[in-house]
Amino acid sequence: MSMDAAAFVAALQEAVPDSAPESVPSLDLHPTIYIARDAVGAAARALRERRDLGFSLLAELTAVDFWPREPRYELVYILVSPEQRHRLRLKVRLHADDAHVVTVSDVWPAANWLEREVWDLFGIAFDGHPDPRRLLMPEDWEGYPLRKDYPVQIRMKPGASEPVQVTAEEFRANLQKDRLSRQ
Amino acid sequence: MPELRTETMTVNMGPQHPSTHGVLRLVLELDGEIVRSAAPTIGYLHTGIEKTAEQKKWQQVIPLVERMDYLSAQSNSMAFCLSVEKLLGVEVPERVRHIRVLIAELQRINSHLVWLGTHGMEVGAVSVMLYCFREREQLLNINELLAGFRLFPSYMRVGGLREDLPRGFHAAVKTILDTFPAKIDDYEDLLTKNEIYLERTKGVGRISKENALGYSLVGPIARAAGVEYDVRKAFPYLGYETYEFAVPTRTEGDVYARYLVRVAEMRESLKICRQALDRITPTGPFAIADPRITPPAKDRVYTEMEALIQHFLIYSQGFTVPAGEAYVPVEGPRGEQGFSIVSDGTNRPWRVKSRAPSLLACQALERMIVGGLIADVIAVIGSIDVVMGDVDR
Repeated sequence: MSMDAAAFVAALQEAVPDSAPESVPSLDLHPTIYIARDAVGAAARALRERRDLGFSLLAELTAVDFWPREPRYELVYILVSPEQRHRLRLKVRLHADDAHVVTVSDVWPAANWLEREVWDLFGIAFDGHPDPRRLLMPEDWEGYPLRKDYPVQIRMKPGASEPVQVTAEEFRANLQKDRLSRQ
Repeated sequence: MPELRTETMTVNMGPQHPSTHGVLRLVLELDGEIVRSAAPTIGYLHTGIEKTAEQKKWQQVIPLVERMDYLSAQSNSMAFCLSVEKLLGVEVPERVRHIRVLIAELQRINSHLVWLGTHGMEVGAVSVMLYCFREREQLLNINELLAGFRLFPSYMRVGGLREDLPRGFHAAVKTILDTFPAKIDDYEDLLTKNEIYLERTKGVGRISKENALGYSLVGPIARAAGVEYDVRKAFPYLGYETYEFAVPTRTEGDVYARYLVRVAEMRESLKICRQALDRITPTGPFAIADPRITPPAKDRVYTEMEALIQHFLIYSQGFTVPAGEAYVPVEGPRGEQGFSIVSDGTNRPWRVKSRAPSLLACQALERMIVGGLIADVIAVIGSIDVVMGDVDR
């Protein structure tokens, strides 16, 4: 028996009292619930571990930029319970000057790359993330491409990698080292 | 005698490696032949499709999303159309639903054939590739018949299909459905009990049920590890609940189990195709009758003023979609896929996010290859069926 938005709100309220769950109307089969930014970690753990919720699958983690509106960003977590066949869209509002949230990669390992992608394309930081690097863009890229104030047509100077230059002595030493070990 | 060197060796595999299915780069740390650590690096095919889609009109996004996961083009565009139709609040006619189911299942067989062919070739069974691509050719011919385009037909449209089914479509699909079961038997003859294939795939690249769920693996990889999750059964769309089919599941979670699941899936897809083909009436609507979304018939455009205006409006301004967000999951060849779309009420999407099953499969790759042999890396990459266009988007 699948649960509706009110049941999820009640369960969240009970499990994480300071999560301030707020249900909004939804068009598709995902009940949509906003929760407080600081309760994301605890809420994620409760949603995954409570037997009646059982959201073992994090289907999607993404962000939407509503620039110039404030709060500017919305994080979207789409959760699935394959056993109980219910789904949930969990949302978090983030302000532009305070765009960070705790990582959920310790709850769902899949969040690791998904959070890296959000950091890469939106510049939303994930506190406690084990590997906070860009995922899709080059590591030295400037800016966050999916932000709405990021220009669509831009020119970037192509970066050239530095050639690995060794001195003549180092080169000879390397050759010598290799030769000795292959005797 | 010099001392024996015992340090590990770091090998850079890809991005230009024929067995990485595109531009996947793996930095492998090897201890002899054993993989000690693996770091997949992606992004070489990142083309910013999601950013581009925000500049396009709704209907123009369809060719873009077809080019994401280029082996399941019609599945992508169908998922996108379903999400947009959800926001629009329209329901496509029953005939369109059946045609979409048929096309999606043919697409699944098509994708699995490419997977089986390339995977077979990589583990040494080159003849499988030749047979699979021979049969795939027939499916591409169906696409050509439908839309004049073989890989990215853009036949799905918001509100239905681009045009009605062509003449001879039923007969062409029927021929394929009649001949395919024997072909699948042929592939199984080549691989299922092949000693070399078993040796290369059994017990290789294992992933447990818990890890499969934790890493959000879906589709055949998860079902091979015992996760009984298929969107078509769990959250039916397009009337899948009225079709009779089974969801093949294994518990071993290795490369061989994934092979068995995908081959069984092809047979189940054929079953669905047969049922869908029987339900498609020869004539009937191929799109909703909404003048805001569906362009008028060409003969009317040439003879009626109103139709000409309507045609002009649709192709110059497109249509607006009410503000809101929607995500309709569908079961693509690689598992649950779909598009999280956000509209601000204009004629262009505010945000289009593709759920990419290949991205998550790529992430879990490390779990499957560390501790195994370097030769098995190839078999594992093949078995998770990554499409780099879907990973990088």
